[in-house]
Amino acid sequence: MIDNQRLVEEIGGHFGEKVRQFGENSGILTFSIAPGDLTEVVAFLKEHPVLKFNFLTDITGIHFPDNEGAELCSVYMMHSWENRIRVRIKVFLPKENPVVPSLTPLFNAANWMERETFDFFGILFSGHPNLKRILNMEDMDYHPMRKEYALEDPTRRDKIDDLFGR
Amino acid sequence: MTEKNTLVARTQEEALALNVPLQEENNYTTLNLGPTHPATHGIFQNILTMDGERIVSSDMTVGYIHRAFEKIAERRPFYQITTLTDRMNYCSSPINNMGWHMTVEKLLEITVPKRAQYIRVIMMELARIADHLICSSIMGVDTGAFSGFLYVMQEREKIYEIYEEMCGARLTTNMGRIGGMERDLSPTAIKKIKDLVYNSLPKVFAEFEELFDRNRIFRDRTIGVGPVSQEMAMSYGFTGPNLRAAGIDYDVRVMEPYSSYEDFEFDIPVGHNGDTYDRYKVRNAEVWESIKIVRQAIENLPEGPYYANENHYYLPPKHSVYRNMEALIYHFKIVMGEIDAPVGEVYHAVEGGNGELGFYLISDGGRTPYRLHFRRPCFIYYQAFGELIKGGTVSDAVPIMSSLNVIAGELDA
Repeated sequence: MIDNQRLVEEIGGHFGEKVRQFGENSGILTFSIAPGDLTEVVAFLKEHPVLKFNFLTDITGIHFPDNEGAELCSVYMMHSWENRIRVRIKVFLPKENPVVPSLTPLFNAANWMERETFDFFGILFSGHPNLKRILNMEDMDYHPMRKEYALEDPTRRDKIDDLFGR
Repeated sequence: MTEKNTLVARTQEEALALNVPLQEENNYTTLNLGPTHPATHGIFQNILTMDGERIVSSDMTVGYIHRAFEKIAERRPFYQITTLTDRMNYCSSPINNMGWHMTVEKLLEITVPKRAQYIRVIMMELARIADHLICSSIMGVDTGAFSGFLYVMQEREKIYEIYEEMCGARLTTNMGRIGGMERDLSPTAIKKIKDLVYNSLPKVFAEFEELFDRNRIFRDRTIGVGPVSQEMAMSYGFTGPNLRAAGIDYDVRVMEPYSSYEDFEFDIPVGHNGDTYDRYKVRNAEVWESIKIVRQAIENLPEGPYYANENHYYLPPKHSVYRNMEALIYHFKIVMGEIDAPVGEVYHAVEGGNGELGFYLISDGGRTPYRLHFRRPCFIYYQAFGELIKGGTVSDAVPIMSSLNVIAGELDA
């Protein structure tokens, strides 16, 4: 039986200082790594004879506008079917140069997930075979899931709802 | 003027064997399959490059009905996001609704009473049946057999009547609440569910299977068409019936049981080589398993409340809103979206109609999610479609697409 404690020992023991900020969110082990180490860590988890993280569940992005120097975050979720355990990897990236290596050589599924993350957050996946927008139209000049893009037109007066403080 | 030899060879071997020149440039044609084409069942564009009748490559364009649900969700109180989940996989909306409620309950650390969990299981399994009925029968339509579709449509109608009895809606259900269900199973609903799973559906579905399973035309059109190996399925992120057709028994209901799925006895049907016929067979076998689960749930339905005693989050019953001041206050606060959620980061997955439907929710302690991401199964596995149809004909591509159960609403979110 592999639990999060064992995972911390295995991953932390192998990578040492490279992996940091181990934490647990609703049962899923989370840690963050530098963009340069991503391919190595994911390949280690995928090919590990005991851990066997065989499945890339999801790739997505998060935007923290106040997090100076690491505004964007690329999140990877992996799943080990044999050990029934999930793990979440976070890669924090600066807004000016958000480049992270693509996982398409390891998982075919990463292709569209990375395109979606690029589309909505502008995170650049180096080595991606076809990094272009997927759900939005191609001539869009911004990345809509970033926090600075308001959902609605902010100049509309009729939408202000002072009464209920929203 | 010299006589021109019109014969050309496509490959080097042909050129040597027939002593004709090798074709220098290809005579490919471009064919648009979609965006609005009756055989795509949704709005997807496939620009196919064809060599005669064979597909050489395909360029897939998605996003025609993208509605920015993830962005909209960042401005909505939690209970209003349920209506967004309806519109993802609209063939099985209750599964999406329940998945979202369970995600929020995980964030709020609410335990839902057993009765509500069983009612949710019943609704989710009925939704799965409705989803699979549509998918399997549409495969029949795409291979030229229309009557099976009409047979099972009647049963889907009965399932929709049960939805109506539960929540008043049919397609975009908005069923359940954070913390339980909005109403208990009524005697009419119980009667309708029992009638469906004991009488009408098994009969009609057995007839439907008889119509297709050993039908020569259907088998010729589907066996060996679009096979998916286990390695390919895992690499492309397949989940749900499409993955199980390849022979991998991954099912979220068993892997990470939620909503009391551990109480029920059921099997996970798997296929052998992941072709279109296997996907069809796995879905049909799953309908029988779902019938089994609904029967167990309705027979062993526990007594007790159908919602958790969580005044802050569960919308109080209407009669107490009119008579009770606290209920009125909570009603007002919840409806106006003034309830703060705790800080947290949760991922919850349910087994949707076509795979692992995941909700990744980050809350910063406010009234709305800081970030909400939907892991939509068919968005992830649809990217394999181009590889599946390569080398086949257009008439193969159509059943492959319908057997993958790609729902445009979920794909584009």
